Amino acid sequence: MTDNKKVVEIIKVMAEIIHENAQFLTDLDAPIGDNDHGINMDRGFQKVVEDLPGVENSDIGAILKKTGMDLVSTVGGSSGPLYGTAFMKAGAAVAGKNEIDADDFLDIMDAAVGGVQLRGKAEKGEKTMLDAMIPAVEAIRKGVDAGKTPAEFLADGVEAAKAGVEYTKTIIATKGRASYVGERSIGHQDPGATSFTLLLESIAALYD
Amino acid sequence: MVGIVIVSHSKKLAEGVVELARLISGECPMVAAGGLEDGGFGTSYERIEAAINSVYSDDGVVVIMDMGSSCMTTEMVIENMEGKKVEMIDCPMVEGAAAAAAESESGSSLEEVKQAAIDAAGESKF
Ligand SMILES: Nc1ncnc2c1ncn2[C@@H]1O[C@H](COP(=O)(O)OP(=O)(O)OP(=O)(O)O)[C@@H](O)[C@H]1O
Ligand SMILES: [Mg+2]
Repeated sequence: MTDNKKVVEIIKVMAEIIHENAQFLTDLDAPIGDNDHGINMDRGFQKVVEDLPGVENSDIGAILKKTGMDLVSTVGGSSGPLYGTAFMKAGAAVAGKNEIDADDFLDIMDAAVGGVQLRGKAEKGEKTMLDAMIPAVEAIRKGVDAGKTPAEFLADGVEAAKAGVEYTKTIIATKGRASYVGERSIGHQDPGATSFTLLLESIAALYD
Repeated sequence: MVGIVIVSHSKKLAEGVVELARLISGECPMVAAGGLEDGGFGTSYERIEAAINSVYSDDGVVVIMDMGSSCMTTEMVIENMEGKKVEMIDCPMVEGAAAAAAESESGSSLEEVKQAAIDAAGESKF
C-alpha cells in the first residue's frame, strides 16, 4: 500500500491541510473549548515537518514515532498527548517496516484508536475525536475485508469519519474541556473529530 | 524532602499556587510548570520534564495538575522517566499543594505527602 517515502509525503500533506484549516479548527473550538485547536495542531505539524528530513530515510515505524513525539512536545493542548500517543502506538505497530500493506494499515489505525483511548480514557459517544476515528476504522476494516483498493477503503473511511463529525453535533461532551459547557455543547461539532477527518482525507488524497 | 511540581495551563496560576503554598512551607523544593515556552496558555512537555528534574531527589517528586492536557502530558513525562520516583496526585490544586508542601517540609515520605494532598480534598471549607 505504501513505502516510507510515501508516508513522508502523506505527513507533509497532513501538515498542509491542517495549516489551511487552522482557523476553521480554532473557530470550532471557540464555543465549546478554549479557541486553540487549530493553533495547537498547526504548531505541532509545523514542527513535525521541520523534523522530517532527519527521519525520511528511516522505516515507517520510526517516522510515525518521531511524528508522535513532536506532537506531544509542541501541540500544547489535549490533542498533543492524544494524537501523539496515537502516532507513537501506530509506529510501534509497524516497527522496522519499510513497506506496509492494507492489513498493516489497519493495525496502524487500530493502534491509533487504542493510543487515544489509553491516554484519554474516553469511549465512543463522548463527543471527541474517537467519534470520527472509531467508525472510520470500522469502515476501513470492512473495505479491506471486502478486498477493496486503498482508494476505495480510504474513501469509505472518510465518509464514515464525516458522518461521525455530524453525529458529534447531536451529543453532549462528557470528556475534555467541552464537558464543562455540558448541554450547551449540543449543536456544535467536535474540533478533534474534525481534525481527525482532515488527517484521514490527507491520506486519501494520495490514492486514486 | 519530597519535591512538588505544580502544572497548569496558566503560567500565572502555577506560579500563584506555588507562592501561596510557600506561605505555609518555605523550605520544601517546589516549582511551577505553567503555560507554554512563549508564556501562552497550554501545557509543555519540556517545561514539566525540566521542573520535575529541578526538584528531584531520592525522596521523589509529586506533581499536582489543573486539568485536561496538564494530566495527560504529565503522565507521558512520567512514563518516560522510568525508574524515577515521580507520582501525580489527584487532588484540588490549591488545597492539595498547601497540604503537600506542609507534609513534605516535615520530612514525610512520598506516600504520606500524596495522602495529605488527597485528604485535603475531603476537608470542607466552611
Ligand atoms: N479524553 C479525551 N479523549 C479523546 N479525545 C479528547 C479527549 N479530551 C479532548 N479530546 C479531543 O481534543 C480536542 C481538543 O483539542 P485541543 O487541542 O483544543 O485541546 P484542549 O481541549 O484545548 O486541551 P486542554 O486539555 O489543554 O485544555 C477535542 O475536540 C476532542 O476531540
Ligand atoms: Mg482547545
